[in-house]
Amino acid sequence: MIVEIYITLKRTVADPQGLTVKHALESLGYKNLADVRMGKMVVITLDYEDKDKAEREINEMCKKLLANPIIEEYRFKIKGQGA
Amino acid sequence: MKFGILVFPGSNCDQDCFHVVKNVLKKPVRYIWHRETDLSGLDCVILPGGFSYGDYLRTGAVARFSPVMKALADFAAKGSTVIGICNGFQILLEAKLLPGIMLRNKNLHFICKHVYIKTENNHTRFTSLYKKDQILRIPIAHNEGNYYIDARGLEDLRNNNQIVFRYCSATGEVNDQYNPNGALDNIAGIINKHGNVLGMMPHPERSAESELGSNDGFFLFKAIFKWLETQKHD
Repeated sequence: MIVEIYITLKRTVADPQGLTVKHALESLGYKNLADVRMGKMVVITLDYEDKDKAEREINEMCKKLLANPIIEEYRFKIKGQGA
Repeated sequence: MKFGILVFPGSNCDQDCFHVVKNVLKKPVRYIWHRETDLSGLDCVILPGGFSYGDYLRTGAVARFSPVMKALADFAAKGSTVIGICNGFQILLEAKLLPGIMLRNKNLHFICKHVYIKTENNHTRFTSLYKKDQILRIPIAHNEGNYYIDARGLEDLRNNNQIVFRYCSATGEVNDQYNPNGALDNIAGIINKHGNVLGMMPHPERSAESELGSNDGFFLFKAIFKWLETQKHD
C-alpha cells in the first residue's frame, strides 16, 4: 500500500521560499498568482493492506517525526495497492 | 568535573567545542557518540553545531531520536547543565527541551559573519560573568536561525526572563536592521524555565580566543565552570 503525505507550513507561518518562487513565476509572465506555498511530499510504501492500521500508523508517524506541529500541518492520501 | 560533547553523524563543531574546554578552559572533557546511553559522571553536556543527519527532513528532527537523547532528557530533567549551540539548539528545540522552532532565515541565505548580541539576562549559570546588556561579538553561521514561537509562547519567554541573548547593533540597539535572520523578537538564545538548558545560535566556541577576533564567548564557558564549582561544595 502506498501512502502520499503532504506536509505544508501552517497558513500563519511566513513562507519566504514560496514568495521567492512566486516572484520567479511572475517574472516568467504568470500574472495571476494569488499565492505560492512550498511544502514536502513523503511517499511511504507499506508492506500491508490494512487501511485502518495504515491511517493510524501514518498519523503517528506524522505527529512524532514527519511534521512539526508548531509550524506544519499534514494530510495524506492512501493510493491503494501495490507499487 | 567533566564536560561532555555530543557527536551526531554530521556534527562538525564538536572539535572546536572540545578544544575550548580542554585547551582554553583547561577542564576535563570527552566526546559522547550519539549511540551512547550513559551520561553518568558528566556535569555539563554540550550539543555542538553542524549538520546532524544532513538537516534531512527538518534540522535537528532526526537527531532528536538518537539513542543518547533519552539520557539527555533525564540529565536535563535532573537540573544538570546543557548547552546547545546552533544545530545543538535546533536539536534541543525538536526534542522539546526548549520551546519553539527554527525556520529558514528570512532572506533564504546561509549567513556566516560576526554579529553583536546583547545579554538580556545575566542571572543564568551561563551568563553570570556578563553585565546586564553587555554586548558580545560572536559569529553566526546558519541557514535556519529564524527563531519562531507562538504568541503565548513568546509571552511566557518574556515573563519568565527566558530570553538570554538578542541580536543587536554594536551599540546595543535591538531592531529589524540588526536582525540577521528574521528571528522573532531578535531572539538569539533562550533558556528553559528551570534555567539549566541554554540554546543559542551564535558560536561562543568560535569566539573564545582573542586570536580569532573576539574572546567574548569564552566567559560563557567560564561561567558554566564557575557554576559547576559552586555545586560541588553543596
